Amino acid sequence: MIQDLVVHGAFIAYAIAVLMGFGTILTWVERKQAAVMSDRIGANRAYFRIPFTQVKLVWLGLFHGMADGLKLLLKEDFKPRTYDWYAYAVAPWVVFTPVLLVFAVIPFGGQLLPGTLFPPLADWFGDRSYVMQIARLDAGLLIVFAFGGMTVIGAMLAGWSSANKFSLLGALRAGSQMISYELVLGLTVLGLILVYGTVDLTDIVRQQSGVMLGVLPAWGIVFQPFAAVLFLTAAIAENKRIPFDLPEAESELIAGYFTEYSAMKMGLFMFAEFIEIAIIGALFTTLFLGGYNLPFLTDAGFVFPGGHMVAMSHGAVVVTQLLTFLAKVFVVCSFQILVRWSLPRFRYDQVLHFAWKFMFPLALANLVVTAVVMWSFAGGQ
Amino acid sequence: MATRPYRRKRYWNEPTLTWYERAYIFEIVRGLAITGGIFTRNMWRWMTGRKGALTTYYPEETRWDYAAANRGKHVLTQRPDGSPQCIACNMCATVCPAKVIEIEAAFDPDDPAHPKYPARFEIDYSRCIFCGFCVEACPEDAIRMVKEVPDLPSEDRRRMWITRDELLNWKPQRDVAKPYPPRGGTKEPA
Repeated sequence: MIQDLVVHGAFIAYAIAVLMGFGTILTWVERKQAAVMSDRIGANRAYFRIPFTQVKLVWLGLFHGMADGLKLLLKEDFKPRTYDWYAYAVAPWVVFTPVLLVFAVIPFGGQLLPGTLFPPLADWFGDRSYVMQIARLDAGLLIVFAFGGMTVIGAMLAGWSSANKFSLLGALRAGSQMISYELVLGLTVLGLILVYGTVDLTDIVRQQSGVMLGVLPAWGIVFQPFAAVLFLTAAIAENKRIPFDLPEAESELIAGYFTEYSAMKMGLFMFAEFIEIAIIGALFTTLFLGGYNLPFLTDAGFVFPGGHMVAMSHGAVVVTQLLTFLAKVFVVCSFQILVRWSLPRFRYDQVLHFAWKFMFPLALANLVVTAVVMWSFAGGQ
Repeated sequence: MATRPYRRKRYWNEPTLTWYERAYIFEIVRGLAITGGIFTRNMWRWMTGRKGALTTYYPEETRWDYAAANRGKHVLTQRPDGSPQCIACNMCATVCPAKVIEIEAAFDPDDPAHPKYPARFEIDYSRCIFCGFCVEACPEDAIRMVKEVPDLPSEDRRRMWITRDELLNWKPQRDVAKPYPPRGGTKEPA
C-alpha cells in the first residue's frame, strides 16, 4: 500500500516538474523560435553575474523568463473597484488548475517495475508493476474534456467580475469561441474512439505500440490523418493562441478578459496558456503520435523485423520511453509556436464560420467515414 | 425615402482568388513551409557557428554599412612622437555650441616649440550635437571626427564623457596630422 503511495507521489512530482518546466522553458522557446524565424537574435541580455566576479552568465537568454517572473511577482497587485472581488480573485485559479489536472490521466511512460529498477528495494516492492501515469481512469478522455471545458468558466468569470467593457467583450468572445471549438474537438476524437474502441488513454497508447505494413508505426495519425489536423487546429483555437486569439486581441480589446488583471494573477493566465501548449502537445502525442512508443521498441528492447534485437535493461527502456514522450511533446509545442508566428489573426465572424461551417462538417464527415470503414471491417454487423 | 440596398463597389484591380487560394489550407501549409524553412536555415547557421540573424549586437558590433562620411566620434591627432597635436588653445571649446568640451591646459618646459599641452581634454557625449564646429575651429588640425561611434550606452550620464586617453587612441599610419611648424616654413624652432 505504502509502495503505491511512494510510486504515485513520484509520478505526481514528475508530472508537476514536467509541466512547470515546460511552462517556463516554452516562454524562452517561443521568444527564441520567433526570433530565429524572423532573422532576429531574440532576448539575450538578462544575465546572472557570479558574485564577486565579472563573469556574466547569459546562457542564450534563458534568464529572461526568470526576470519576467520576478517582475510579475514584485509588481503591485492592482485591483479594479469591482463589485465581485471573490470571482475576480478565484478566476485565474479556475483557469490554471484544470489545465494542470488534465495531465493526471495522460500516460507518460510504459510499464514500470520499481523492484527491477531499484534492486536494493526489490523485496519491498515485490513484483508490483505500474503504468507511468498518475491516475488510470477508464474515462480518461472524458476527464480530459471535462477539465478542458472548465477553462471557459474561468475566462468568463474573469471577464464578468472585472466590470470592464473590454473584459466582458473578451469573455464573451472566449466563451463562444471555446464552446464552438470544444464541439469540434470532441467530434474529431470520436473517430479515434471508434478506431480504438476505448476512452482509456493507457489502452489507446498501448494499441499504438506496434507497426503496421512492416515499417509504418501504428500511430493514430496514420489511421486518422484528417482528425489529427482538425484536432490540432481546434486545440489551438481552444487555447486562444494567435490565429484564434480573438478573446485577447490586443489591438481591439487591450488584453481581453484579463485586461484588469496585473502582477502574478495576470502571470497565472499567461502561465496557464503556456502550460496548455504543453498539455495540447501531450494530448496530441497520446492520441495521434503513439505516446511514449517508438517503432520496434518493446519492453525488452528494440526488436527489428529481420529478427535483430537490441536488448535493453528495464531502466534503459523506462528512460527511453520518458524521453520519447517529452521529445514528441516538445515537437508538437514547437509546431504550435511555428503556427502562432506564421499566421495572421482571423476576423471574429471568420473564427465562428470556420468552426461551424468548415471544421464541424469536416469532423462529422471524418466520423461518418470512420464509422463506415470500421463497420465494413467488422463484417457489416 | 427609398433606400437602395448597399452594394459593394468593385474595383478594376480587385484581387481575385483561385479556388486553390480560397481553400486556405494549402496557403497555410505554404506559409508554414516558408517560415519553417527560414527557421531551419537560420538554425543551421547558428549550429554551424555562423550568425543566423540580420541583427547587429549593438554596442559590441559595428554595422558594416556605416556611411564613410559619418561623423560619430572625435579623435585627437598626434605628433610623430606620440604627444598630442593639441596646443590647448581652447578654440574648439569656445566655438562649441553645446559647450561640451573641457580642456585643462598645462605647461611643458621641455618642448619649447609647443609648451602648452592639454592635461585634460574631455567631451561630454550626452550633450554633443556632432556639428563639427570644433574640427573647423581647430588651427592645429588636432581634433577630427571619425565614422565610428563611441561605445557609450550607459545608465548614468556622468559616464558619457570621453577622456583624453580615449581620444588619443587614434593612431593612423597614413593621414597624420599636419606638422607644426609647417615644413619649409619660416618659424624653425630655436
